[in-house]
Parts: sequence; C-alpha cells; structure tokens
Amino acid sequence: MNASERPDHSPPLGSETRVVAFEIKHTQIIDHHGAPLGPLPEFAKDPAELIKLYRAMVLTRLFDNKAIALQRTGKMGTYASSNGQEGVAVGMGSAMQPCDVFAPVYREYGTQFMRGVAMHEILLYWGGDERGMNYAQQRQDFPISVPIASQIPHAVGAAFAMKLRKEPRVSVGVLGDGASSKGDFYESLNIAGAWQLPVVIVIVNNQWAISLPRHEQSFAATLAQKGIAAGVPCEQVDGNDVIAMRYIMERALERARNGGGPTLIEALTYRMSDHTTADDASRYRPPAELEGQRQFDPIMRLKNYLTHNADWDDAKEQALQAECSAEIESEVKLYLDTPPMPPESMFDHLYETLPAIYKEQRDEVMQLGATGGGEDHV
Amino acid sequence: MSEITMVEAINLALARALEEDQNVVVFGEDVGANGGVFRVTAGLQKRFGGERVLDAPLAETAIAGMAVGMATQGIRPIIEIQFMGFIYSAVDQIINHASRMRNRTRSRLTCPMVLRTPHGGGIHAPEHHCESTESMFAHMPGLRVVIPSSPQRAYGLLLAAIRDPDPVIFLEPSRLYRLMKEEVIDNGEALPLDVCFQLRDGKDVTLVTWGAMIHETMQAADQLASEGISAEVIDVATLKPLDMETILTSVAKTGRCVIVHEAARTCAIGSEIAAQLAERGLMSLFAPVQRVTGYDTIMPLFRLEKQYIPSTARIMAAVKKTQEVS
Ligand SMILES: Cc1ncc(C[n+]2csc(CCOP(=O)(O)OP(=O)(O)O)c2C)c(N)n1
Ligand SMILES: [Mg+2]
Repeated sequence: MNASERPDHSPPLGSETRVVAFEIKHTQIIDHHGAPLGPLPEFAKDPAELIKLYRAMVLTRLFDNKAIALQRTGKMGTYASSNGQEGVAVGMGSAMQPCDVFAPVYREYGTQFMRGVAMHEILLYWGGDERGMNYAQQRQDFPISVPIASQIPHAVGAAFAMKLRKEPRVSVGVLGDGASSKGDFYESLNIAGAWQLPVVIVIVNNQWAISLPRHEQSFAATLAQKGIAAGVPCEQVDGNDVIAMRYIMERALERARNGGGPTLIEALTYRMSDHTTADDASRYRPPAELEGQRQFDPIMRLKNYLTHNADWDDAKEQALQAECSAEIESEVKLYLDTPPMPPESMFDHLYETLPAIYKEQRDEVMQLGATGGGEDHV
Repeated sequence: MSEITMVEAINLALARALEEDQNVVVFGEDVGANGGVFRVTAGLQKRFGGERVLDAPLAETAIAGMAVGMATQGIRPIIEIQFMGFIYSAVDQIINHASRMRNRTRSRLTCPMVLRTPHGGGIHAPEHHCESTESMFAHMPGLRVVIPSSPQRAYGLLLAAIRDPDPVIFLEPSRLYRLMKEEVIDNGEALPLDVCFQLRDGKDVTLVTWGAMIHETMQAADQLASEGISAEVIDVATLKPLDMETILTSVAKTGRCVIVHEAARTCAIGSEIAAQLAERGLMSLFAPVQRVTGYDTIMPLFRLEKQYIPSTARIMAAVKKTQEVS
C-alpha cells in the first residue's frame, strides 16, 4: 500500500486536490557484477582514483579481520565489525574534505581512516582505553558514539556552528537503520531542515539492528523518506557501489557547502558480520540470507570493474594486500605496545583543572595502584 | 532441584508472571528471537507468543512512555532497557509520568510497570554499558528501586516487582548474571519490597551494600572473620523505599558502619544512608561512618574498571579505620 493512498480507496468527498507529491530516487552506477549502468562520474574516469577507493576498502576489511582476531584471542574487548559496509564508509570518506566534520557511529572505520584517524586509535578504544578517541589527526571529528542516534544532534549542532561562523565546511552525521527510529534523529533532522543547515545525514541501512530486521524496524517503504516530513531533500543510494556512494555524497556536500541546506541519504548495504563480537547472529538471522548477500559485496564489485577496465590483476592484488597487511601489523604493534594509563588518570580530563575536592580520591587511586588494592578483584 | 544462575532465575520469574497473568507483556530491544543480549528472556517469545514477548524498534523514550500508556489500561508491562547507559532518554517518561501518574490523578490512573535493566561494570563491556546510576532513580518520588544480589533474591524480588501496583525500576547487576549459582524454587513466592536482607550476622561492624558489591563485601567479611572481626552484612536490595530500620538496628548492635557501593560517591544512596545514620543513629556510633565507593569520575573504560570498582582490600581498610576508634 502506498501511504498516500486512502486505505479503502474510497471516493473523495467535497473538493480533493493533490497538494504535494513525493518520490524517492535510488542511485546505482555500477551493477553488482561491476558493469557500468551508464556514464560514470568524472572522478571515476581516472583509474588511479578508483584504485584509491579500492585500497581503502581492502585496508578496512583486512583491519576488520585483524580486529576480530585480536578480540578472539583476548587482546581486545568487544568489537563492532564493518564487514560488508566498506563501500558506504569509503564513499563518505572520499567525498568529504579534511575541513569537514564527521560524527560516526561505530562502524565507519573506512571513513575515519581516510580522514587520518589511526588504526591503533580505534584498537585502543575497543581495547578499553580512552586515549583511542583522542585522534592525533582530525581534531574536530567526533568520537565513536555508542548511545544510538545521540550523535545526530551533535552533527546538526556542528553544522549550525559552521553557519554562524560563515565557514565553508559541512558536517556529516551517520546513523543506522535502527537509529532512525530514535527521537534524537527526528528532532535534529527537523531543525536541520528548518534552519537550512550545512549537514549531510547518512542512514547506513545494513538491514539489521542487532536482531531486529529492517522491515520490523519501520513500516516505511524507505528510510530516506523520513527526510520528506522535515523538508530535507532525501534519496537512496546503493551503498555497496562505492562509486555511487561517493557521487551522491559529493553532490550533497557541495550543495550544503554552497548554502543549499541539508540532505538525508539512505545508503543500502548489509551487515555481513554478527552485530559485535559479543553477538551470535545465528540465533536470529537465517544463514541463507547472509549467503545470498555475498554477491553484492562492495569490494568484489569494484575489483571486477577494475579487472575489466583498469588492468587489475592477481599480481597487483597480492601487492596491495601485502602492503595493507604490513600497515595493519605495524598499527597493531603500536596498540599492543601501549601500556595502560596509570589508574589515577581516570581523574585526568574530568575538568580543565581538577577541583581540589577530588584530590583525596585521586591520591587513594594512586596509592592503591594497578590492582585497585585487590589481586583477586573483579 | 538444580542450581541456576541469576539470568536463569530472572527468566524463570518472567515465565511465571507471564503464565499466571495474561496481562503481563514483556517488550524491549532484542528480547524476542534473540532472547535479550544477556539471554535473560531466552525462549519466552517461543513459549508465550510474539504478542506478549516482543521486540521493540530502537526507541527508549517510546518504550517507557508506551509502558505508562499500557499500564493505565490494564496491561502489566515489563520493559527491558538493554543497558543502563541507554535509560536516559526514557527518564523523561519515568520522572514526569510513570512516577507521578497515580499522584496527579489521585489514583484514578496508575502505573504498575517494571523497567528492567542491567546495572554496573566489571564485565569488560564497552563504553556506556557499565553504569550504576541507581541514585538518580532513588531520588524520584513515587518509584520503587530494586537490585537483587543472588539468583533466589532476583526471582522473588522480580515477582514482587511485577505484582506491585506501582512502577518499579529493577536493576540487574550484570557482573552477577552468571557469577554464581543457587537453588531457586519456582514456587511463585515473592519477597517483600521494603526490607533489607541480613546476609551475615556479626557484632563488630555493619557492612551495608547492594548489587554486585555483595561479592567483595562478603569476601571482606570472611577475611575479617579470620582476623577476629565479626562483620554483619546487609544487602539493601530494595533501595527505595529504603528500610533504615534494619540498618539502624544493626548499627545499634555493632556501633560501626561501612557503606559499600559501585556508584560514584557524591549524592549516592550511600550519602542518604550516612545522613540518616547521622540523624537517627549517631548515639550508637563508636566511629565515623565510612564509605567505600566508585570514584567521582566518569566510569572508566574497562582497562581501568578494576581500579574503579571497590575491592575487598578497600573494604577491609575502611573496616579497620572504624576499629581504630573505640
Ligand atoms: C540508545 C541506545 N539503545 C540501545 C543500544 C544498544 N544497541 C547497540 S547497537 C543497537 C542496534 C543498532 O542498530 P542500527 O542503528 O541499525 O546500527 P547497526 O548496529 O546495525 O550498525 C542497539 C539496540 C544503544 N547502544 N543505544
Ligand atoms: Mg543496522
């Protein structure tokens, strides 16, 4: 049923006119075999540019595999995998400029790496160490946000700051399909529209919110259409097509940068992993569904394109994999070689200057040392 | 009867409640097919159907607010907030509606609902998954706040919470979910919601605690015993309304009191207990009341959670301080 139809198809009474009509467009530029469906955007005509995107996706996938291995071997805590979603992340990252601001959830490693966030920082975070969110690069970007959808008001607020300061920058906020049910999202989307703020909000629809499938999350035909009620231009894109993702993202960023206001993008993708390493998706997700999604893999798709159009071959592939693995290994080493912070550091960065009243507590922590005063504790 | 974990005991109580009252409905994020992220609701949807045990979209404000609406219309909703760190957008509904619907309608409309949520740290979980902000809720008139510390008490207290005619915040110490097993008799018997449990009899000092800190506190009591100090241990369990009589009676006997909690120190339930001891028990105290608590910091990520959560050694040291004065 189309939501604009009357459910019983009853005839109109009195005067009935169409006040406004809506539609949602979906963009795909290469199909899932890697074949172009029409002309390519300018950037995609340069093979070197596409190889950059390919490299970023491969790096993210290999990082992901490594992070899961670290968790499984007790060297890191719970980790949220981005396997299958690299096209969305790299598409966003490649379209953004360094001066923009990024407000991620917890699966946007591909974007973060492109923006200069270090792999060992992400590992430190999931390894239970606050220093991971003190990015050495991209000092303006937001930390990973675990309370679902709570980062979208931040993204919109950052955009308002940019507008107030007349800066040609754009804020990008990301959320999941599940998160699009939260008030934080609706409330700030509405303000973004009302105040015409330079923000791009991306719903990463990976079809699941832990165990809740997309169709049980919302009865809406698309999640993109949530922008309509807020007067925010909105569209859908095949997020596993990194070329389309970057193209749509660039267009939205450009409009925002030129004073054209916000955009809501729904990127369709699939969570190929468990929700996190603490989850077991086999309890709720049919294995056939997962298998059926493999053919849409974003990395394989671009690889097929490069093989047919840019002389990509096994030798190049192997060289790339080796290069990425070496980069990851050195970052993992940095992570593993980082000693824990001293216990009293929990009082650091609480305020600019720690109020004197907390000194006694801090001294106690310092004096109790690494075990908190008990070897057998916790 | 076999011994079961707290997860299984809570599951048993939920099943019993669903069985005995058709109006009981369990809902929240991932409580259906997935059985909850801690498996607390495992099997319930299969057994009682998707109309009575169901997954909600991701929307804590609506989940809590809908429970208020349902409760006023004869349903007895049991909602789950996946972790205590995600309860805050539900707080508007709890403080502005659930806790005062009875009062502002002169009991015309009431809110017999239970909000269950995991509580506390110590399980190496990610950020925002380790909160212990029970005092926020204890501060809200019209609510009950309950936190069990063993499988058997979890079973009896949850049944009482579900049958209670008013809203109950039911906190489940996630560190205890699988830490110990205990025999639980599934006889449908509820425990009272307004008396503390005395877990250990003693004469030299009263240790007052709740939730997961029972673990370290009982350990401390054992060690103290071997050093000739006899500690009485009180599990407050029903944090609001607070049963001060049991605590005062104990302190009248021991003359010394150490309060232990994982929550940050300032304006916590320990502060309230200490204040009431000052008001009503000062004459029986031989030494100043001691508090062993989480620090006034953000709950650190798990690399430092061990240093944040009170250790047995810290409890011992506080007890020794009370013994120095006579
Ligand atoms: C406010 C809030 N409620 C609940 C949770 C627990 N939780 C973590 S992830 C998640 C599902 C998120 O789904 P979605 O938004 O689709 O993002 P995805 O994990 O699929 O990337 C839930 C319920 C949370 N982190 N924050
Ligand atoms: Mg999702």
